[in-house]
Amino acid sequence: MTMLMSGAKMLLDCLAREGVDCFFGYPGGVTLPLYDALYDHEIRHVLVRHEENAAFAAQGYARATGKVGVCCATSGPGATNLVTGLMDALMDSIPVVALTGQVHTKLIGSDAFQEADTFGITRSCTKHNYLVKKMEDLPQVIHEAFYIAASGRPGPVLVDIPKDVFQTQGYYTPVTAIHLPGYKVFTEGHTGQIRRAAQLIVDAERPLVYGGGGIIASGASQEVREFVEQNNIPAVLTLMGLGALPSDHPEFISMPGMHGSYAANMAMSNCDLLIALGVRFDDRVTGRLAAFAPHAKVIHVDIDPAEIGKNRNPDVPIVGDLKRVMGKLNRFVAEAQPASKPTAARQAWWKQIRNWKEEHPYIAATSDTEIKPQHLMAEIDRLSGGEAIIATDVGQHQMWSAQFLRFNGPRQWLSSGGLGSMGFGLPSAIGAQFARPDKLVFAILGDGGFQMSIPELATVANHALPLKIVIMNNGHLGMVRQWQELFYNNRLSAVGLETFPDAEKLAAAYGFAGRTIDKPSELASALEAAVREPGPYLLNVKVSQFESVYPMVPAGAAISEMVLGPPQPVAVPK
Amino acid sequence: MLQTISLLVENKPGALMRITGVLSARGYNIESLTVARTSDPHLSRMTIVVDADALLRQQVVKQMNKLINVLQATDLTDTPSVSREMVLVRIRTVQESRTAVLKEAEIFGGRVVDSSTDGFAIEATGAPEKLDEFIDVMRSYGEIEVTRSGLVAMSLEARKLRLQPPVLTGAAKMEEVAK
Repeated sequence: MTMLMSGAKMLLDCLAREGVDCFFGYPGGVTLPLYDALYDHEIRHVLVRHEENAAFAAQGYARATGKVGVCCATSGPGATNLVTGLMDALMDSIPVVALTGQVHTKLIGSDAFQEADTFGITRSCTKHNYLVKKMEDLPQVIHEAFYIAASGRPGPVLVDIPKDVFQTQGYYTPVTAIHLPGYKVFTEGHTGQIRRAAQLIVDAERPLVYGGGGIIASGASQEVREFVEQNNIPAVLTLMGLGALPSDHPEFISMPGMHGSYAANMAMSNCDLLIALGVRFDDRVTGRLAAFAPHAKVIHVDIDPAEIGKNRNPDVPIVGDLKRVMGKLNRFVAEAQPASKPTAARQAWWKQIRNWKEEHPYIAATSDTEIKPQHLMAEIDRLSGGEAIIATDVGQHQMWSAQFLRFNGPRQWLSSGGLGSMGFGLPSAIGAQFARPDKLVFAILGDGGFQMSIPELATVANHALPLKIVIMNNGHLGMVRQWQELFYNNRLSAVGLETFPDAEKLAAAYGFAGRTIDKPSELASALEAAVREPGPYLLNVKVSQFESVYPMVPAGAAISEMVLGPPQPVAVPK
Repeated sequence: MLQTISLLVENKPGALMRITGVLSARGYNIESLTVARTSDPHLSRMTIVVDADALLRQQVVKQMNKLINVLQATDLTDTPSVSREMVLVRIRTVQESRTAVLKEAEIFGGRVVDSSTDGFAIEATGAPEKLDEFIDVMRSYGEIEVTRSGLVAMSLEARKLRLQPPVLTGAAKMEEVAK
């Protein structure tokens, strides 16, 4: 049982004990002992082409499965390159463990080669972080890191490990318990508050569920579905919550917020009871906070007590794990007696919502001469049928994807919500494909974000991942261009991406298939061919250059003050 | 308005940085900070005085309570509490004023800790405002040099400290399931 081994081997064994089957990384000087131990270890390591993408790939793995994603980088530049991916995971509450090498303990603080204060740098972009100075502490720290990353409100945890800690020989003693006296994980909600919530719910005339990523993190989709079905309550889902209810579900209205639907935003603005489940009242959802859901009482369920009352003071705060809270809530609602049955009011509320939906659905633009981005998304959706995993980058294509793609279940929609990191899409799709080799995975990217992640085409080719990389190419940093058009007198500054590689040649350079299309008539068949391809496929779709995402809530406006379409025909600049 | 936050924290590297990080990330400047070990050498007691926006005060304390190394963060601003600060004053004074300086120090409960032909070193303890007055008075007698400890505070209400029990590791749980 007790075998003498290096810290590096011990680390890998700890990962295996935590159920890690693969992790994403990039080696370097101080992680040499780790990669040497990896040479004959059962754990699979995926070599990415940039450390930032190791963090995004680990996130893609975690988002698609709910398991902890693991990434690894060397000291100094390797570690600093992880920062964006870790911050992204922190903002979206994604469980990630990052392992970084550090210079020899004797050299720490001496400005040694490739030394950076990783512990200090990553303090604010992780849920917690460690610097392991003794090999004996390593197993305990690794197991703590996994526990912290996955429990409570999930998030990234970084473990910084000096080279000599990898090299020191020692005996592994199994770690069975973790004692973190100050780490409070709230699971059971307060029963009295849940009862109060149940009473508000049965009495409400215009109730609305406002659900987010917390439903997915908690695995509470089923309980939330029961809740909306049993009580016939309409639901909106945020960008992070998409898939928590099937997109075709009759109680699901659509996404609210800056580019959310008219119906979702009007429902938010007119409800008398807002049932907020695993959400954080983000500014992209609420618009001007003072005018957000002005008539509503608020029930706020979240596992993080710091989210309660951060942006909106709830009438009923419930701190707990959503899955457990919803289980109780469903029972209590079934038992609760309404003061007076609000049946007629509820019917009128549903009628109103249906009217809003019909009045202003998302603009499903098509054209005979050019491919409209919305048309592209609708075609991808047709092929996905709500079943594919969709990873996106950040910008216009992300919003159109959120508007037009359907998801039959959770963990199919992988998108950088809180941080809005360009360059997220391709590496997260890679991580998801490793986690779910059985699934059709689309990486839907803009021409900007794609160019941030081109190096990862090598990773895709290397492992012959059957990813379908679809570039919505509008020749611009489209979202910034849209804001310049609307709010800066169409003075387009540094948003033109005039140079773009030939997709077919680019894919061929990496040894897989690719194509560029620009005619609406080619769209369906080109996408079908991409999906049929057994290996990777790069499809560059040239779409209308000056299409803007609507509806749009201008910054600082109330979400009921949406701009529903383009203000006037826009002059195409020379 | 100044806020006083009292924290009980694990005595671990990085704990201080995490706690002050909650404040610096919001652009708050720390007015005073004291840290020292408690009777349990694994734990430290920290008192922070900060000029924080009243609206964000609750949020700051909640964020501190979320930190893994923090066992308890309490806002003492509006709760019954005692607070004290200590000051060391070195005063250079002329021969004629020596007696007067000693008299004044006595009024403030000060104690002479060093005496030389140049003057005195005096320590005094009290509420920060009292110490301000003491320093002003001393200044009127000659050139002074001041070191203040920063505020230490203690809640007068007994607050239940809820410590989290140990949990099984993922691996140990898996083994248990296997059994």
